[in-house]
Parts: sequence; structure tokens; C-alpha cells
Amino acid sequence: MIRLVLRDLALAVRAGGGFGLGLAFFLIVVVLVPFALGPETGLLSQVAPGVLWLGALLACLLSLDRIFALDFEDGTLDLLACAPVPLEGVVAAKAAAHWITTGLPLVLAAPLLGVLLNLPGPGFFWLVVSLVLGTPALSLIGAFGAALTVGLRRGGLLLSLLVLPLYVPTLIFGAEVARRGAVGMDVEAPLLLLAGISLGATALLPFAAAAALRINLR
Amino acid sequence: MPVLSGVSFAVGAGEAVVLRGPNGSGKTTLLRTMAGLQPALAGHVAGVDVAYAGHADGIKSALSVAENLRFWADVFGTGPVEGAVRSFDLWALRDRAAAHLSAGQKRRLGLARMAVTGRRVWLLDEPTVSLDAASVALFAGVVRRHLVRGGAAVIATHIDLGFEARVVDVSAFRARAGALPEGWA
Repeated sequence: MIRLVLRDLALAVRAGGGFGLGLAFFLIVVVLVPFALGPETGLLSQVAPGVLWLGALLACLLSLDRIFALDFEDGTLDLLACAPVPLEGVVAAKAAAHWITTGLPLVLAAPLLGVLLNLPGPGFFWLVVSLVLGTPALSLIGAFGAALTVGLRRGGLLLSLLVLPLYVPTLIFGAEVARRGAVGMDVEAPLLLLAGISLGATALLPFAAAAALRINLR
Repeated sequence: MPVLSGVSFAVGAGEAVVLRGPNGSGKTTLLRTMAGLQPALAGHVAGVDVAYAGHADGIKSALSVAENLRFWADVFGTGPVEGAVRSFDLWALRDRAAAHLSAGQKRRLGLARMAVTGRRVWLLDEPTVSLDAASVALFAGVVRRHLVRGGAAVIATHIDLGFEARVVDVSAFRARAGALPEGWA
């Protein structure tokens, strides 16, 4: 399964699109927000945590359909299903590779972009913490959605519709951690809920996604 | 919707079975069921140690020939891939990106994958598509060696591969319309 993660990373690096797409989108959204809202620093620092989280979430959504679609088209998924690795492990490995290529760059870029939005000082730490905790859930929920829609032609739209409502709790608690952190409030409750969502997704969704894949491979 | 019914055959060590039948007669369905990719409506497939090669080869075009095989060897936990590369005459191409292979070379790479799985039963679905005569002979030789070593193969094909094999004509097992097994409606 480590091999699968490494292979996906190698493919993402060589194909070029893997790392860049989500990151570029995130960059564009966050850079454009100050232009759209005007140069009022007070307003910007107020909306910064929410905008950063929303940008990260949408950037994540952008690359979801690639998680399984490419492997489905070239037959790799069929062959992996026959291979001596559990399909649940395949899903976990694909989600991990997606997180490393999409979630991790977003986490690393977010503090830099926070400067553009005049994020208050203490907010930087909590922004990174909330993204580190929350983005794995985004990748896992996305992998589940991608598994559900893998055989469908133009399943991208359906995937977005399926996944967006599932993303809402992660967004609420993730942005709340960053917002409370920025204004110096206690972050414990949303932080615990965010961690709970991520851990729950890690524990359950590989099984759900593997079941969906088995049905779609028939 | 049942495609085939009443299919029953056993494949022993060193034995090859060739599935025949017109297009759409259920050869692929039977092979995928044997590979465990879809459940049978009734009955069962005994024996597990199978490797499956379908119409798509599962080749990543951004990886080289050797890297593609290396990946599958690691997934199946088997050893070096050089033997498989040589037996399908891919040695000169081993560092070339799969994107630059011809259709026949890709097919050979896909078949070389079977050799690195280390599985005893090979399920091959139309393995000779886009292969030239020399490559077909190469492939037949590899299958023959696999059989000699105690392996087995079930091959869906329309051509004569030039080795002894039992022929199962799946069109004899076409499920009649409405012939659903008990409990299905």
C-alpha cells in the first residue's frame, strides 16, 4: 500500500497537474478576495479564516474525480481488486496520496495567504492546526464520493453534489477553529469536533468506499 | 440478468482451457466472475490463486515499462521483474515511458504483468488482441512454460494459440430468457 501511495505521488509529479491544480486555484481565490471586498483591513481579517477554509475546500473538491477515474479507465482498478491487497487499503492509500498532493500543499500555503488577508497573529497557528486536522477528512470524504461515481460518464457534477453536503460539518468546525483562534477565543470544542470528524472518516469511509467500488466494478 | 447458466469445468495444474464463443456470448463475464470481480448469481468458483488480465492493461503511461512491472511485482509481493521483461521481449524498451509504446508493445507489457504476479491460475481475456504473429508465438511460449511449471490458464480467445488446450464453448451455456435461478425475479 505504501507502494500505491508512492506510485500515485510519482504519477502526480510526472503528470504535472497533481500538485499544481488545487494549489493554483486556492491561490487565485485568496488573492482575488481582497480585490472583491475592498482594501478594508478590518473586514478582511474578519473574513480571513472563513475565506481560507472555503478556498481550501473548493481546491480540494477540484481534484476529487481524479482519485479513481484514471485508474478505472485504464483498468488498473480491476487489477487492484484482484490483487492481494484489500480494497479498503487501496482506498486509504489513494486518499492518502490525494491528501499529500492536494491537502498538504494547501496547509503549507495557507499561512502565506493568510498574510494577504490580514489574518490576526494568533490565527496563523490555529489556521494551520485546523487545516492539518480537517483536510484529511476532505480527502477521505472525497474518495468516498469518487468511489460512488467512478463508473459514471461525466460523474464530476454528481460527485460535487454528493460531496458538498458531506463537507459542510468539516467546513463549519474547521473555519470555527481558525476564527476563534484568530480572535483569541477558546477553540477546544470545535477542535475536538473537527478531530472527531477526521478520525471518524478515517475509520469508516475506506470501508464504505471499498463497498461502493466493488459494486461499480461489476 | 443471467448471462450463462450451468457452466461447470475444472482446470488442473499444467492445464489450459480455451473459452470460445461469438462476441457477447459471456466469455468476459465468466472470466470476471472467476476473478472475483463480480459475484455469480448462483454457484461458486473454487480455488483462489488467480491473476486476471482484461481488455485494459492497467498501464500508467507516465511510468516506464520496468516501473509499471515493478509496481505490480510489489503489489503482489514477488521478486525481480527482469525475467518477465525479457520473456516478452521488452528488454530494449524497459526504460521507455509506456506512453511511447505501440498498442502491441503495451499489450505485451500487460501480459508480462501476469508473469510477475506469481499466481498459478492465469485468467486471460483476449490476450492476443493487437499482437503480431511473432508476439503471439512469444506469448504462447510463456503460457506453455507457465503450464509446465504447474500453472494453469483459462484463456478467452478466437485464434489458435498452438498449444494443447481443452476448449469450452460458452455459447452452449447461454442462459435462456427467464431462466433465473431460484430466488431471483
